[in-house]
Amino acid sequence: MEKTASKKKFKIDWKEVKRQRFLLIVSAFFVAYGIVFYYLPLTGWLMAFENFKPRLGLLGSPFIGLDKFKFLFSDVAFLRVIRNTFCMGVLNLATTTVMAILFAILLNEIGNKFLKKSIQTISYLPHFLSWIVVVGILHNSLSSSGIINDLLLRFGVVDQAINFLAHPEYFWFIVAFANVWKETGWNAIIYLASITSIDPSLYEAASIDGADRLQKIKYITLPGIKPTIIILLIMNVGNILNVGFEVQYLLGNGLVQSVSQTIDIYVLKWGISQNDFSLGTAAGIFKSVVSIMLIVLCNHLAKKAGEEKLF
Amino acid sequence: MKNRRIRSSLGDKIFKFLIAIFMIVFVLVTLYPVVNTLVLSFNDGTDAVRGGIYLWPRKFTLKNYSTVLALENLSIGAYITVARTILGTLISLGLNALLAFVVSRKRFMFKSQLSLFWVITMYVNGGLVPTFILYRNLNLTNSFWVYVIPGLISAWNMLVIRTYMQGIPDSLEESAQLDGAGYFTIFTRIISPLCKPVYATIALFAAVYHWNSWFDAMLYNRMKTEYTTLQYELMKLLSSVMQQGGSADTAKFGSGQVTPVVIRASATIVTMAPIICLYPFLQRYFVAGLTIGGVKE
Repeated sequence: MEKTASKKKFKIDWKEVKRQRFLLIVSAFFVAYGIVFYYLPLTGWLMAFENFKPRLGLLGSPFIGLDKFKFLFSDVAFLRVIRNTFCMGVLNLATTTVMAILFAILLNEIGNKFLKKSIQTISYLPHFLSWIVVVGILHNSLSSSGIINDLLLRFGVVDQAINFLAHPEYFWFIVAFANVWKETGWNAIIYLASITSIDPSLYEAASIDGADRLQKIKYITLPGIKPTIIILLIMNVGNILNVGFEVQYLLGNGLVQSVSQTIDIYVLKWGISQNDFSLGTAAGIFKSVVSIMLIVLCNHLAKKAGEEKLF
Repeated sequence: MKNRRIRSSLGDKIFKFLIAIFMIVFVLVTLYPVVNTLVLSFNDGTDAVRGGIYLWPRKFTLKNYSTVLALENLSIGAYITVARTILGTLISLGLNALLAFVVSRKRFMFKSQLSLFWVITMYVNGGLVPTFILYRNLNLTNSFWVYVIPGLISAWNMLVIRTYMQGIPDSLEESAQLDGAGYFTIFTRIISPLCKPVYATIALFAAVYHWNSWFDAMLYNRMKTEYTTLQYELMKLLSSVMQQGGSADTAKFGSGQVTPVVIRASATIVTMAPIICLYPFLQRYFVAGLTIGGVKE
C-alpha cells in the first residue's frame, strides 16, 4: 500500500527499482505478513461496538454503540480488575527496577572477576525458567510444609504455618517477589552495561578527593546511569497494564480471586471462555488505549524534565 | 589526614561486608528452590511427603524419572516442543534477519516506511479476542502451525539485528556490488557471516520463548492432545496437584513409592534441564544482544 502511495508522490527511478527488486519483493512479503497478523486483528476492534455473532460476521452483526463499554464500567468486577492490574503493575515495576539497579551497583563493586562472573551467571538462571516452573517452585516454598514456613516456625516468628496463597493480603507481594526473583539478574544486564560505560577517570578523581565508595555510588554511578533508568522506566510504564497475566493466572485461586484477576484474565474469561467476544474486545481496547496514553504521557514528562526521550 | 583514611577504610570494610551479605542471600534465594526441586526429584516419594528434605536426597531413587518419562502426554509434549523450538527458531531467525537486512540498506527506497510499519506493531495490537478469531478463521487453531506461523517476526528482535547491521561498513556492500553481487548474495554471503553474534542472541531469545510457552497450547489446541506442549503438560500436572491438595491422584501413578510431590519435581527438572544446561555457554551473546537493544532503542 505504502509502495503505490509513495510511487505516485515521487518520480519513479525505474533503474533503481530494477536494482532493488529483491528488496522490494521481500518487503512486499513482509508487509503482507504484517497486515495479516498485526493490522488485520485491529479491524476486530469493531466487535466492541456491536453485538458480535460469528455467524453474522464483522460487518453483519448489529451495531450497539458504547453499550459494552457502559456495561464494563458499571461492572464492579471490572473495576476491581483495573485496580488489581494497576496496583500489581506499579508494585512490580517499582520493586523490579529498584532491585535490578541495587544488584547491578553492588555487583559492580565486587573486585574479584571470577566471583562477579559466577554470581552474574547464577542471577540469569531464573529468567530462563517458564512461569509454570516458577509458580510450581513458589507453591512448594510457600506451602505449609515449605521452606518459608519452616524457617518462620524454626525462628519462632509464627506459631503456626501460614497458607500464604490463601490470604488475599499477601497476593500482590508474592507476585512482586516472583517477578523480582525471576528478572533481577536479567534486568541488571542493561544497568551493568551502562555502569561500565561511565568514564573511569571520574572515579579516580573522586578517590583523590577522598570520596568513599558510598559517595562514589551516590555522586558518580547513580547520575551516570540516570538516563538509562529513565529510558527503561518510560518503556516499562507503557507496559504496566501488560505486566501480569501468566503468574496471576497460574497462582490465583478461588480464595484470592478478588485481588488476583487482571484485565487480561478478565478478557480471557469473558472473551474466550464465555464467548462474549464483544465484551472481551472492549476490555482489550480499554487496556490498549490506556497503555498508549501512558507511553505518550511519560515521554512528554521526560521531555519536559529535559531527559532523554523515547521518540 | 591519617585519621580520615582509617575511618574511610573502616567504612569501606563495612560496605564490603554488606555487599557480601547481600550477594550470599541473593545467591541462596536464587539457587535454593532449584536445587531443592532437583533433590526432591531424586528422593523416594513416600519418604518425601514427610518433609525435611533440603540439600540432599534422604532415600535416593530414579523411579520418579522412569515414571515421568513413561507418561505418554509428556513425551508427546516433548516431541512437539522440540519440533516447534527448532522450526520456530530457524524460520523466525531467518525472516527477522532478512527484514533487518532490508531496512538497514541505506539506498533502499522504503527503508523508513517499512521500519515504521513494524515499529507500530510493538505498541498497537488487536488484543486477545480479535487475534483468537483471526487464527480460527485462518484455520490455525487445532493445528501445529499456530505455534510457528503467527509469531515469526518480532519488531524488537528485528531492531536489534538492524542496529547490528548498521554497524557494518557500507564499503563491504559496495565492493560486492562492483563484483556483480545482487542483494540476496550480499545478504547470505557478506552480511550474515558478520552477524553471527547477533543471530545467536536472537536465536536464543526465540528458542527460550518457544521452549517455555504454554498459553498458546492451552488457548488454541486445548482439544488436541497430539499438539500439546511440554510446559502445558507440566502445568496440567502441577495444577491438578495444587487443586486437589496432595495425595488425591497418587493412584494415577500406581505404586505408593511415587507421590505427586516428587513427580512434580522430576517433571519440572525434565522441562528446565535443557535450557539450564545451555544458557551459561550462550551468556556473552545475550548480554551483547540486550545491550545493543537497550542502548539503541
